[in-house]
Amino acid sequence: MKQEAFASSSDRVEACEDVDVTNILRILDKHNEDRGGLIAILEEIQAEYGYLPEEALRIVSDRSRRSLVDVYGVATFYRSFSLKPRGKHLVCACLGTACHVRGAPRIAEELERQLGIKPGETTPDKEFTLETVNCLGACALGPVVVIDGHYFSKVKKSRISQLLDEARKGFDSAEIGKDKRIFPISVSCPHCNRSLMDETFVIDGYPSIKVNITHNHEEGWLRLSCLYGSYNTATELDIPGNTVVKFHCPHCGVEIPCTSDCSMCRAPMAPMLVDGGGVVRICSRRGCKNHMLDLV
Amino acid sequence: MITLKINGLEVSVQESSTLLEAARFLGFPIPTLCHMDGLSSYGACRLCVVEIGEGPKAKLVSSCTYPAEEGLKVRTASARVLRARRMILELLLASCPQSKTIQDLASAYGIRRQRFKQEHEDCILCGLCVRMCEEQMMAKAIGFRNRGEKRSIGTPFDIKSDVCRLCGGCMYVCPACQLRCTYNEPEKAICGGCANLTPPCIEKEHFDDMMCYMDPCVACEIKKD
Ligand code: SF4
Ligand code: SF4
Ligand code: SF4
Ligand code: FES
Ligand code: FES
Repeated sequence: MKQEAFASSSDRVEACEDVDVTNILRILDKHNEDRGGLIAILEEIQAEYGYLPEEALRIVSDRSRRSLVDVYGVATFYRSFSLKPRGKHLVCACLGTACHVRGAPRIAEELERQLGIKPGETTPDKEFTLETVNCLGACALGPVVVIDGHYFSKVKKSRISQLLDEARKGFDSAEIGKDKRIFPISVSCPHCNRSLMDETFVIDGYPSIKVNITHNHEEGWLRLSCLYGSYNTATELDIPGNTVVKFHCPHCGVEIPCTSDCSMCRAPMAPMLVDGGGVVRICSRRGCKNHMLDLV
Repeated sequence: MITLKINGLEVSVQESSTLLEAARFLGFPIPTLCHMDGLSSYGACRLCVVEIGEGPKAKLVSSCTYPAEEGLKVRTASARVLRARRMILELLLASCPQSKTIQDLASAYGIRRQRFKQEHEDCILCGLCVRMCEEQMMAKAIGFRNRGEKRSIGTPFDIKSDVCRLCGGCMYVCPACQLRCTYNEPEKAICGGCANLTPPCIEKEHFDDMMCYMDPCVACEIKKD
């Protein structure tokens, strides 16, 4: 038992990303004084950072008058919370009884082999995190593997490399063209009303949406797929996942004013006018896939 | 006052007392491991089981958490109770054989062998230390972490706690560590270190091959030379 404690304490070193106090306070404020709200608070912090940074837990304990042991106890109790940063893609193999008898251990081994990591670990390139669970409630379909929220049933060893490849590319992009929920839109700047469409740069086979972004005092272009439902983008800046950027109109230069917050990650959402009426809002956090279309 | 029957004897006990308190007050012995006067009941070890009710409805409950009820019929040492306690002790021996407390209890209950896979845990997760730290020392420096087979006791993030009072209370109440104080050679025992050296909340990295969290462990140091 002690040995394990050591392992986890050495892991913590890598987990030091800057945690913004005001950010955590804002989350705390929302759930203020409600002592039962700890899980909701931790969930929200995890949605924001992808994991629970040590610093964040300390702030939660400091500011909400909960002791750190309690906060830490809850954070380590639930499987859905992670105290270590996780990779871009979460691969989850079911090792429950039903999946087990249908060969899940071999599937898990194959995942471990191909990713080169053990369950609970993240690949060095931060692409994949492998986890195991003890039943996903889909026993008849076992062995079950869940990758980034997509369920795969009756998984065979031979299918794994293909699944991982698809995950790398993003399942969402793989579906373009087949899915009715994906359609092209053309948009313009909410300030100067000029079109943001750029025919010279094609994404997903359509003209892209061009905006300028600033991040860390650097400025550069960002092109978004104009397919509503596609998340493909291109940019000249090197922006780490999870950072929030500011959008500027390439014509008038005005920062696109954000009027609402993302329902998934709380970052500001930048509105753009849709030709033909309506507004599309795009979450300004890199990696967050939320966008909303209000047609008028 | 509440009237109930303990081992066939009609007795009156104070309201809001537990079966354990009632039985002990009247002189019926019940063994306990995770219960301590002055700390809240936790019901972790189940050693204090007693049988309540009659006939097919009779059941085993942990007396340290079960409140005395009007008219309840309690047996503190029926065959069923003894069988259950022996099983619990055997399981405890399987996980924590070095504990003097557990050894003594096991021998008192006539246990001569242990049929399960032998482990050497240094904690039975009774939670006494956690309650000691929280309820008597008002420190809340240590607590439970994780769950299932990974459940363990310690400080958040396994680093020195800044709220620990270095009182040693947690070690004082721990039923699993008595033998640590004598290492594994009682005749060489010279400790007391637990009371004035470094309590468990101090960084644990240095302690992997020691029986306890002491730094330096007096007995272990001697053993090494
Ligand atoms: S030594 Fe520290 S951890 Fe142990 S009871 Fe005292 S305050 Fe709590
Ligand atoms: S360390 Fe000792 S007192 Fe604390 S839970 Fe474990 S066995 Fe009980
Ligand atoms: S310091 Fe050494 S002698 Fe004292 S309790 Fe720990 S192991 Fe035993
Ligand atoms: S055992 Fe795998 S889904 Fe239930
Ligand atoms: S003393 Fe009652 S359960 Fe441990």
